[in-house]
Amino acid sequence: MEKIKLATVWLGGCSGCHMSFLDLDEWLFDLAAAVEVVYSPIADLKHFPERVDVTLIEGAVANEEHLELVHTIRARSRLVVSFGDCAVTGNVTAMRNVIGNSAEAVLDRAYRELPTHNPRIPDEAGIVPPLLERVLPVHAVIPVDVFLPGCPPPAPRIRAVLQALIEGKTPEMIGREMLKFG
Amino acid sequence: MNGEELLHVMAQEQERARRFRHHLHVCTGTACQALNSESIAQALEVAAKAQGKQGEVSVKCVGCPGLCSLGPLVEVHSFVNGDHERSLYQFVRPEDASEIISHLDGEPVERLVTPLDQPFFTRQLKIVLENCGEIDPERIEDYIARGGYQALMKVLTEMTPSEVIDEITRSGLRGRGGAGFPTGLKWATVAKADPRRYPTYVPPGIQSQKFVICNGDEGDPGAFMDRSVMEGDPHRVLEGMIIAGYAVGANQGYIYVRAEYPLAVKRLRTAIRQAQRAGLLGNNIAGTAFSFNIDIRLGAGAFVCGEETALIASIEGGRGLPRPRPPYPAEYGLWGCPTLINNVETLANIAPIINKGASWFASIGTAKSKGTKVFALTGQVKNTGLIEVPMGITLREIVFDIGGGIPNGHKFKAVQTGGPSGGCIPEQYLDTPVDYESLTALGSIMGSGGLIVMDDSTDMVEVARFFMDFCMEESCGKCIPCRAGTAQIHHILTKFQTGRATERDLKLLEELCDVVKHASLCGLGQSAPNPVLSTLRYFRHEYEAKLRRDGAGYGYANGAAKERVTHS
Amino acid sequence: MSVVTLTINGQDVSARDDATVLQAAREAGIHIPVLCYLEGLSAVGACRLCLVEVAGVNRLLPACTTRVQEGMEVHTDTPRLQTYRRHIIELLFAERNHVCAVCVANGNCELQSLAIEVGMDHVRYDYVFPSLGMDLTHERFGLDHNRCILCTRCVRACDEIEGAHTLDVLGRGAKARIVTDLNMPWGESPTCTSCGKCAMACPTGAIFKQGSTVAEMVHHPEKLAFLKTARERREWRV
Ligand SMILES: Cc1cc2nc3c(=O)[nH]c(=O)nc-3n(C[C@H](O)[C@H](O)[C@H](O)COP(=O)(O)O)c2cc1C
Ligand code: SF4
Ligand code: SF4
Ligand code: SF4
Ligand code: FES
Repeated sequence: MEKIKLATVWLGGCSGCHMSFLDLDEWLFDLAAAVEVVYSPIADLKHFPERVDVTLIEGAVANEEHLELVHTIRARSRLVVSFGDCAVTGNVTAMRNVIGNSAEAVLDRAYRELPTHNPRIPDEAGIVPPLLERVLPVHAVIPVDVFLPGCPPPAPRIRAVLQALIEGKTPEMIGREMLKFG
Repeated sequence: MNGEELLHVMAQEQERARRFRHHLHVCTGTACQALNSESIAQALEVAAKAQGKQGEVSVKCVGCPGLCSLGPLVEVHSFVNGDHERSLYQFVRPEDASEIISHLDGEPVERLVTPLDQPFFTRQLKIVLENCGEIDPERIEDYIARGGYQALMKVLTEMTPSEVIDEITRSGLRGRGGAGFPTGLKWATVAKADPRRYPTYVPPGIQSQKFVICNGDEGDPGAFMDRSVMEGDPHRVLEGMIIAGYAVGANQGYIYVRAEYPLAVKRLRTAIRQAQRAGLLGNNIAGTAFSFNIDIRLGAGAFVCGEETALIASIEGGRGLPRPRPPYPAEYGLWGCPTLINNVETLANIAPIINKGASWFASIGTAKSKGTKVFALTGQVKNTGLIEVPMGITLREIVFDIGGGIPNGHKFKAVQTGGPSGGCIPEQYLDTPVDYESLTALGSIMGSGGLIVMDDSTDMVEVARFFMDFCMEESCGKCIPCRAGTAQIHHILTKFQTGRATERDLKLLEELCDVVKHASLCGLGQSAPNPVLSTLRYFRHEYEAKLRRDGAGYGYANGAAKERVTHS
Repeated sequence: MSVVTLTINGQDVSARDDATVLQAAREAGIHIPVLCYLEGLSAVGACRLCLVEVAGVNRLLPACTTRVQEGMEVHTDTPRLQTYRRHIIELLFAERNHVCAVCVANGNCELQSLAIEVGMDHVRYDYVFPSLGMDLTHERFGLDHNRCILCTRCVRACDEIEGAHTLDVLGRGAKARIVTDLNMPWGESPTCTSCGKCAMACPTGAIFKQGSTVAEMVHHPEKLAFLKTARERREWRV
């Protein structure tokens, strides 16, 4: 049997979801037997590959690079999983949205209002991808197949979802163990 | 005043009127008053004097005769050699006064005259508005001269409360405040209700175990039916309330008027004072054992305060928030007491029903909707203003005969009935008779009488968004489906208007309308989705044409997220 | 006082004739989700989560304010009601800024629990992200408008149990806010007795004891009903 092609992506998030993923400990060996990791922040690959079976997206869509990437992911993945609260709700990443409806307001706050030393918005082109006006949860941009909430999602919850997907089933997202935000 | 004295005043007034050959009625409703119609009345009197005709000309300030788009209006009644001749002048200015006076005994002033035999007038049937434009609303004698307070006399001297209720029940009158609840049934419920069933908290000094409330809040934007009645014929409202009080066993009534209606408030106050002085209101009315007082309560103009339970909370001095029903106000109302709450127009129908009989009233209209309905006709139609038509008239007759059709070479597209929470009805249903059931079947409502005509240049999604904006702003915020739901509906409609809506939004919009309609606490939320639902039903293609179809069919294709994603 | 019988989800239930459908269901061990209702406070029927279907009535009725009737046939968990409840919860999450991960009520929140109960795995509405402040002027308590769902439980607890009526609602629609006295900072309120009943009543992280950690943020809403009953039965001797 051909192995399932798994990708994990890190967008606007703190990488906590990936840490929790690594918390799967020895089950990672079982997972490795069933899947081939074709793209991940913990594997050094430059381009998102074609024909991926399952992609876990950590983090919200916060800048133009994210925006482009999620569209690529959707086009090349059979199943997309919103992985963790930032991907599902925007969460902490989206807290900047209350500052105002523009990237400028956010940059202003972060680089001009708050710093006490040398307040200045970094302006060299091409270094940091431009921010979107608003941070968006992944499903506001592309269709998402499975929502896996949690900040971060506890390892057993991640395992239950992956287990089901490996077995070709739809994960049952019911009850406190599987659904609690935060 | 007793019955005999009433007849005496009536005869005296009619005699006084016969002394004048010409009666000039100047509209001083809010719309014409804003165009300075009071100075027209003055100018007419000055001109009459200057031409030595003060002995034959009577100038009277009256309530609104309806055709507001042609105002200021002056109507002339001339009695020459036993003939009664009428002419109507439009767009009158004070400078026209002496010309009008000098033409009184000859041909009317050509350049000002507007025909009285146009369908706008001939297709109407006036019961509620029969005195508006005819009497001086600030003189009780004028009202009495036209048979005013006769119904009250009849009720107090010849009928028992239950006979009154029977009469109203048999007339088939239904509430004109929106929902069309049978009035007789409501009266009977209040009459039967036990004031001790629920704990009450009536403030000291108020001597009544039941209450009558006249709902004059009239919050629908663009509606002014009730205002016109209160301004043009205030005694009619008082008479209806006193009769209602007698029928249900209440001794205290309140008229709840929005403070934005200063003229209505002023005229009602004057009317109350006059009625009290005449012994037609207060203790031992017309020498009988029945006592009834009326006070005015001013609303601050929140739409939701027209909802009966919110209105009651507002009179009690609380925030104007609706509460779940049952129990209905008929059993548990003002200060916990059984309370009858009726709309202005409903109450204005009472006196004629008592005077002319239930069967007369029941002979007008359709099987389940009797009598007439007053509408405020507005929008893209030639004649706008206030009209009163028999139930069962078709929408086509209203729009094309009375309204005179669509101006500027445009075609008809839809007519919206029922105010901000009504629905839009398209061309193919124009021959529907206007009654409660037919309008509901079409996804609209009778409502309190707003009627907006739209031509083919109208964007129906924008129409829906406009009304949703109103409902969102007016939501009291108590219940979640309405507070948060109307805001989300409005947001989704805004996405349609800014090219950001997707298939998914359309589906969500439909689901959400269903939730808001069925899960909201009061009528505001329950009917707020109507404009969206009815435009989705009849003009779905307009929504579909606005869908964004690029990318994966999802909200933010590349680049699009850079657009402002605001909740404007 | 008499007893009536009705059925709830097909189960025969009897209840006092002045009981609400919610009370009757609870007596019978049938769960109906609630949010604005709190035992010990007056019922306002505002959140609409407890809506039930009653045979022969074409409207949905809130269980918390609807009295039982003889022969009533009540359904509390039909697919339609489930759909509506999920929408209501989603609307609340979209309306203000609920970031459970950094909320003091995380794990002790009725809204969060209801989201689990109705199976909310994500919110289909666009989040509104309003700019709302906090009131941290009171020395013991804080009010975070970002987490407030306007259930008015705090308002009623303050008015009906404590008798202070410090809290109320200002404005209407989506602009409504909980305010103290005449919209002044809570710390300057001359009427607040610092009793903390509002914090007990609040179902979310909107009213909290200052300085409490997530672990300490356990709500005790049942204490209010206890107080009320104890007072009515005069269980205290002063
Ligand atoms: C949001 C809302 C606004 C309302 N506004 C009015 C109003 O302005 N005038 C009115 O008479 N009825 C209004 N109603 C209807 C009243 O609640 C009530 O049904 C009516 O006054 C009863 O009188 P009726 O039986 O004579 O129609 C409103 C209802 C709702 C839900
Ligand atoms: S439906 Fe709207 S207006 Fe009525 S109670 Fe609910 S929030 Fe208030
Ligand atoms: S109040 Fe409840 S739902 Fe809101 S953020 Fe806090 S824990 Fe989450
Ligand atoms: S502060 Fe808490 S209790 Fe008060 S209305 Fe908001 S959520 Fe409800
Ligand atoms: S609990 Fe009944 S409506 Fe909120």
